[in-house]
Order: sequence, then structure tokens, then C-alpha cells
Amino acid sequence: MIPAIFVFIYLAVVLYIGIFAFRRSADKAEDYFLANRSLGPLVFLLSLFGTNMTAFTILGSSGHSFQNGIVTFGLMASSSGLVIPLTIYFCGTRVWALGKKHGFITPVQMFRDRWECGHIGSVISIVQAAFLVPYIIIGVMGGGTTLATLSSGAVPYWAGGALVAIVVMAYVFFGGMRGTAWVNALQTVLFLTFGAVALIVIGYGIGGFDRAVEKMAASPAFASLLTRERVSPLFFLSYMFIPLSSIAFPHIMIFCLTAEKMKHFQKTVIFYPLCILAIWLPCVFLGVVANSVDDVPEVSSKIEARASLAREGRTLAPEQREDLRKQAAADDIVLILLKRFAPLWLAGLLGAGIMAAVMASDSQILALSTLFTEDLFAFYEGKARFGEAAQVHTGRAFVVIVTIVAYAIALQAPQSIFDLAVQYAFSGYAALSPLLLAALFWRGSTKWGALASTLWTVSSVAAVAVFQQVVPAPPPGPPVVVWSAGGVDWLMRTAGGTAIAGFMPVVPMTLISGLLMVVVSWLTAKPGADTLKRYFR
Amino acid sequence: MKTFGLVLITLVLLALHQDVWFFRTARPMAFGFLPPGLWYHALYAVLSAVLMWVLVRLAWPAHLEAEAESHEEPKQ
Repeated sequence: MIPAIFVFIYLAVVLYIGIFAFRRSADKAEDYFLANRSLGPLVFLLSLFGTNMTAFTILGSSGHSFQNGIVTFGLMASSSGLVIPLTIYFCGTRVWALGKKHGFITPVQMFRDRWECGHIGSVISIVQAAFLVPYIIIGVMGGGTTLATLSSGAVPYWAGGALVAIVVMAYVFFGGMRGTAWVNALQTVLFLTFGAVALIVIGYGIGGFDRAVEKMAASPAFASLLTRERVSPLFFLSYMFIPLSSIAFPHIMIFCLTAEKMKHFQKTVIFYPLCILAIWLPCVFLGVVANSVDDVPEVSSKIEARASLAREGRTLAPEQREDLRKQAAADDIVLILLKRFAPLWLAGLLGAGIMAAVMASDSQILALSTLFTEDLFAFYEGKARFGEAAQVHTGRAFVVIVTIVAYAIALQAPQSIFDLAVQYAFSGYAALSPLLLAALFWRGSTKWGALASTLWTVSSVAAVAVFQQVVPAPPPGPPVVVWSAGGVDWLMRTAGGTAIAGFMPVVPMTLISGLLMVVVSWLTAKPGADTLKRYFR
Repeated sequence: MKTFGLVLITLVLLALHQDVWFFRTARPMAFGFLPPGLWYHALYAVLSAVLMWVLVRLAWPAHLEAEAESHEEPKQ
């Protein structure tokens, strides 16, 4: 229970930060939603990075690498370390400049102005909001998992998730963007420290990493975890598309508007890959070497469940496979290692660091509230009729509603943190990235092109979700071929999701979304010359 | 010429992410415990930071800030 007490102290600190930010705020929309566009370079770097690092970063990545090996780092970390800073450099700076110039608070306000549209903007806003919900859910799930593990079950999953949801809701409710940015900055510092300390403590505890890795290399069961042979090169390539989602996330675009000066982006894009390295490398590596630990029953039972799934999976009923999958799920693997190898007080401090990453769903909750109040409430005359203060109060009420809904879903969600985040939120936003690129860089893009891309994205995400419900996941190993033609396996159900011609669905989703933007824009009327003049020199 | 060079370097770095030559090997290990799938991609992250530094130094879109400051419109 002692580690959990450190986490409670941490929760109290972030709550205080939110309330402190509240005392410095005004009932103005730009102040509540954008911290009055006044963030300095250090807070901007730390908070922008922190908002991109979630429960998924520490818990999901360690769990994924425990099951799949070192490939996790190349899949998500090093690809993000280049693609995300590039998109911030090319798109984030332009979004900031347009926001400053025209007073935008949300991406859809820019799309509406850029493409001279009204209701199409509402459709885009609703779709953006819908894709954001899974991201918020993983925060609640991560909170429940962390507290339950650190307290050895004394705080049940449902109570841990509820506590995290209430604390996040409270500081977002009171502090708005200012409170969220300050908390995110603190969280980034904490989980940067966490990674290094956890690596040293656990490395010492297991008797040295070289010994652990050599032991794995000598074992037929674990040697493949030190290579990338469990993932095909086409799947590996597919993951380069996932980080495109980052700049399309509304909370990241909104964060780009909070910088006081554009030069604050400079340190952010340079240090971003190094921050990714500092956090992801320890998490992925610890997840992998956990397989070498043979004196912790919780780890052994996960390895046994994984082996049973691979050995007997094809002869088992789908429900039995699902049970084994749950037993093998390893989102709590770093927490288990900490409990085994770190002294209680240190496990508590490090647990607080993990909790910091878990609670990064705050800016997503605030973004949802911003989308609702700016893109819908204010656009459909709510602000004009009831005033700006009512708009801010509506935003706060929305924060409460969103959190309650996310918590209710988190209690029912069956998939691991990693799968849930990648399959729905990341893929959906990656497929929406052509909207931003077209709005910023292509004069010929139109609102109808944007609508076509958006509707395609929604349909394809829904189709993948339905497909995965209808065709049960096979056990780890060869995928189930659902449709092949001309010697090509076009559609396959894999253990972790879906493959289309060997690629992850995100690849065709994004490419077709871009193609639709181009073709439909060519066929439809362009915005007026006056509008184009305001966006292009 | 400068733009062409920067675009080329960026594309090369993007392509280098697909290190298929290291896919099925666990050796050589760095520091005795980091397989190529980790040390290569750790190095890749460092190179990404260097590329971003080069882009900031040589091709920072400073005109955007100047335009935004000079044409700021009344808030919505």
C-alpha cells in the first residue's frame, strides 16, 4: 500500500496545480482554452511532449515489447521521433501563425474559414471528437491498472480508474489549458526521471542486463524477442504512417496555438526525438528483459499463458483464447518489476512517475470540451445568445460529462491499452492528416474534398472495427486469410488486428483519404480569391 | 539547391528507418546487451534530432511569425 500512498500524494499535487491555475484565470474563452496564447519555451516543450505521451507510452509499450520483443521501439518510438517533429515543423508552425493572425482556437475554425464551409466543419469536428474518446479511455484504464497493481489489489481497478478520472476532471475543470500545461510539464519531468531510475534499479535487481539478455538469447522460446522476426517488414513500414496522427489530433493542434512566440517551436522539434529516446528505450527494454525473470509468479503466469495460446490456440474456442489473452496481457509488467526489485518507497515514487504518464489524457479531455464549445456551441449562436462566460461554463460542464462517459466505457473495454489506442484513435487521425496538409499547402483543396476524406475515414475505421468483431482473432502465428485473389492475400485477420495486402489498415486508409481529397477537390468549386489570398502569398 | 539538399537528407533519413538488414539478427550487441533493433533505432533518434537542428538553423520559416504579428485580426 505504501507505493499507492506516494501516488495519492502526487494526485494531490496536480490537483493543487489545477486550482492554482484557476486563481490566475479569467472567464474568457481564449484564456480557458488556450492559456491566453502565452506559454513560454520550456513549458511549451515539456507540455507538448507530455500531452503526446500517455498511459500507452509506459504501460502499453512495455506490455507490447514483453509480448513482441524489441520491435516495439522501431515501430512506435523511432518513427515518431522523426515524423512528429517534422509535422510540427511544417504544420504546427503554420497552424500557430494562422491562429495568431485570425484568432482561431480550434482546427475546425481554420477549416471553416479556409474552405468557406459551415456544417461540413461540424461534421469534421464531431468525427475528431469521436476518435478522441478511445484516447481518453486508455488514460482511465491506465489509472485503474497502475493503482491496482501498486496497492497489490487493495485499490481495485474500478476505484483506481475512478480516482484518476476525478482528479484529471477536477484540474482540467478548474485550470483549463493553463492548469493542463503546467501539470503536463511536471508530468514530463517526472516520467523522464522515472525511465532512467527504473532502468538502473531493475537492471541491478535482475543481476545485470547483459546476463539477462544472454539468457534470453540462449533460450529458443525467448531468442526471437531480441530480433524483429515476429513482425513483418510490411507491418514495420506501416507504422511510419501512425505518427501522422499526432499533428491531426485536435489537442496537439490546439497546443500549437498556445505558444507565445513561434521560435518556441525550435527547441521543441529539436529535443522531441531525444525525449522520445529517453522515455521509450527504458520502457521497451524493461518489457523485453522481463521475460528473463523467472522468480516472479505473476511474470511466469503471463509467459505460460502466452505459450499456451501459441501452442493450443487453434484448437480452443474463441472465449478460451480471449481468456488466455487476458492472462498474457502485460500492460502492468513494469509495475510488477518495480514491486519486485525496487524498495517500497522508490516503487512509490516511480509509481507516481508512471501515474504522470497515465494521466496525460487531460489535454484530450480539454480538447473535446474546446471542440464542443467552439465548433458547435459558439458556431450555432450559443456564444452570441448566452455570452462568453456561459461558453466557458458549458466547456467545464462538458469536461465532467466526457470524463463520466470515458470512465463508464473503460470499465467494460476488453482490449489491451495498446491495441485500443492504435486501432481506433491513431489510425483514424492518421487518415485525417490529409485535411491539414491540404488546408495549409494546397490552394486547390475544397470543402467537398475535406468532407470526402472525413467520411472515408469514418467508414474505414468502422469497417475495420466490424471486421474484427465478426472474424475472431487467431492465436499468435500465421494469420487467417479472409480474401485472396490473383495470388495476393488481400484481407487477413491477424492475432493483433487486420492486414490488408500485408499492410496495416492505416496505410490504405491514409492513402485513399489523400486520394479522395485530391480527386474530389479537382472536381468541385474552389474557395473565393479573397479567401485564398489570406492563406497563400 | 539548399532546399533540394534538405529535402533529400530528410527523405534519406525517412528511408533509413526501414533497416531490413537487421531484422532477423540479435547481434552485434552494443554495450553487451542492446541488440541492433534497439541500438540502431536509438542512434536513429539522435540523427533525427540532428536533422531537426539543421532544419531549424537553415530553413526556419521566420516569415510566418512576422506575417502573423503584422496582420493580427480582432479575436473571434
